[in-house]
Amino acid sequence: MNGHKLKMYARFERFWHWLQALLIIVLLYTGFVLHGTLPLMPFGAAHEVHLTAGIALLVLTAFAVFWHATTGQWRQYVPTAAGFPRVVRHYLVGIFRGEPHPFHKVPEAKLNPLQRLAYLSLKVALLPLVLVTGALLYGAPWLQARGFAVPFGGTAILHTAAAFAMLAFLIIHSYLTTTGGTVWSYTKAMITGWEEVDH
Amino acid sequence: MKHGDLDSSLLRPDKKLDIHMAVDGADMSCTACHTTVNHRISGRYYTEPAPAKRELALPKDDGNRLACESCHGTRPHRKTAKLNDHADTVACQTCHIPHFARGGVPTKMWWDWSTAGRFAADGKMIVEKDERGMVTYHTMKGGMAWEEHVAPVYAWYDGRMSYVDLADTIDPATVVELNRPGGAYGDGSARIFPFKYYTGRQVYDAGDNQLVIPKLFGPKGSGAFWGGYDWQRAVEVGMAEAEEKFSGRIGFVDTAMYWPITHMVAPAQDALDCDACHAKEGRLAQLTGFYLPGRDRSPLVDRIGWLVVLATVIGVLIHGGGRWYAARRRGRR
Ligand code: HEC
Ligand code: HEC
Ligand code: HEC
Ligand code: HEC
Repeated sequence: MNGHKLKMYARFERFWHWLQALLIIVLLYTGFVLHGTLPLMPFGAAHEVHLTAGIALLVLTAFAVFWHATTGQWRQYVPTAAGFPRVVRHYLVGIFRGEPHPFHKVPEAKLNPLQRLAYLSLKVALLPLVLVTGALLYGAPWLQARGFAVPFGGTAILHTAAAFAMLAFLIIHSYLTTTGGTVWSYTKAMITGWEEVDH
Repeated sequence: MKHGDLDSSLLRPDKKLDIHMAVDGADMSCTACHTTVNHRISGRYYTEPAPAKRELALPKDDGNRLACESCHGTRPHRKTAKLNDHADTVACQTCHIPHFARGGVPTKMWWDWSTAGRFAADGKMIVEKDERGMVTYHTMKGGMAWEEHVAPVYAWYDGRMSYVDLADTIDPATVVELNRPGGAYGDGSARIFPFKYYTGRQVYDAGDNQLVIPKLFGPKGSGAFWGGYDWQRAVEVGMAEAEEKFSGRIGFVDTAMYWPITHMVAPAQDALDCDACHAKEGRLAQLTGFYLPGRDRSPLVDRIGWLVVLATVIGVLIHGGGRWYAARRRGRR
């Protein structure tokens, strides 16, 4: 590969990415403790950490929404059909033959069609679902005291289902970071902001 | 001894046993809570709830100070605010009296009348005791079991008790609960409350499936149980004296009673931990009908969820393994 380096990820983007990753992992762990699945932590401590991390994720997400809106970066996620089959074919076939990735990443369009779809679903469906159900669970006693019926069990089950989806996303996403030039090259790019490209 | 939360150990309790009446602490007397208003001692009146309303009576103190909330308010927790959200569903006593009979005085948990009336070979009464000196069998009373440091059972309770009476039909195949705490989840007034679950075995009318009143006291020949040790006669005479009907056939039935636990409030650090309730086999395992985090789940969502997670892990392993294998073969070529 005789490419050159491009500044792919802005400082805020990297900060947002890693803090979000940390918070989601902490929330998954403490969440499954609260769910009664994982041991090693008392319920009370898990509850406290889960709440703090949840509120932090909510605040971080608000900042991220603001950043995307003001910088116009939200356009990165607009779905496109162009090139979609070629990218899918790459992950199913080409990648095993050592073919180069069919999508050419540039800072103005850094997400391939598959990523656009995946991250858009994450950001407009899955993340809001966990955050809204989580906020409802948190606010349930307050709302109930004011006469609003909150179906606590149903909300908790929805919240759990979303957490499973989030865990599956995390596994696939972490795996796909190893599909760059080297196993670590995508991760390095997300840390430094600079990514080596072959065009 | 019968109550389990009221015994002689409360005459001079320490802080571990009772935070309010501790001689080394607040040293409150019974009347600090059981204040009298117009000669009506605060307490439970028949089937009416004792503290009529859960509200803060201080500083506008009307002298009726029975509820914990009258002195502490409904939001007494500063360190762990989440505990205050439990005030509407979990009574203070539930968390703050983790065990009763903690003062070294055992409480009677079981009383089996059916074995009463056995005599030794020489015709003398039998009295058996356990290592603590508590009577476990007495010819006059039957078998008994005593326990210390007992974890309560829990039930929804709005302060009202309903009782089985003589006219009610009972099911002798089950444990007959002679009283039942009133209220249920979500009715607006019931909270989870601790009880001593007192069990026993007693004589009943096996023809009509009803409770009976046996005659206990009386001289020999009067038919009284302690006169002749004959349950059949004792029930016949007792029911005749009470002018109640009796089928003529007796049997023995297992019974249980709920005794509310409200004394022996432990120091704050001994209160129930979250995990005592928010766990699968926690103290509230028997109370169903509501979603308790840590205990309840949707088995379907959990099963599908773990299947999806497992499938992604396997998929990722296959894909990654395939890449590694393909890269090795390319390298060799
Ligand atoms: C911290 C406050 C407090 C103190 C101190 C206190 N009590 Fe009570 N007591 C209560 C409350 C609350 C109830 C009502 C329970 C209920 O709703 O059935 C009660 C109920 C009772 C009952 C009725 C119990 C039943 O099961 O029917 C008796 C008897 C009693 N108390 C005796 C005493 C005696 C004797 C003392 C002193 C050794 C005492 N109490 C000290 C709060 C207190
Ligand atoms: C008559 C007023 C009064 C009533 C009624 C009352 N308390 Fe208290 N409570 C006090 C006082 C005063 C103290 C402080 C005792 C001390 O520091 O030694 C106290 C202390 C406590 C503490 C210990 C706090 C600590 O720091 O360890 C707990 C727990 C508690 N109360 C729970 C209850 C519960 C549960 C009830 C209802 C059964 C109740 N109280 C009813 C006055 C009351
Ligand atoms: C769900 C369990 C639970 C319930 C219900 C509960 N408590 Fe507590 N309480 C605790 C625990 C645990 C503590 C230990 C200290 C802490 O974390 O705040 C405590 C602490 C306290 C303290 C000491 C607070 C301090 O900051 O020093 C008082 C007083 C008290 N409780 C009174 C009450 C009263 C009155 C009620 C009923 C309105 C009640 N509690 C209901 C669990 C409970
Ligand atoms: C005595 C048993 C008991 C203990 C101890 C207890 N809880 Fe609960 N908790 C309950 C019950 C019962 C409910 C369900 C209430 C309902 O459905 O209205 C509940 C509900 C909850 C909820 C969901 C509803 C809400 O209010 O947000 C949370 C969160 C919670 N508890 C956290 C805690 C934490 C944290 C602790 C320890 C500091 C704790 N609980 C200790 C019995 C308990």
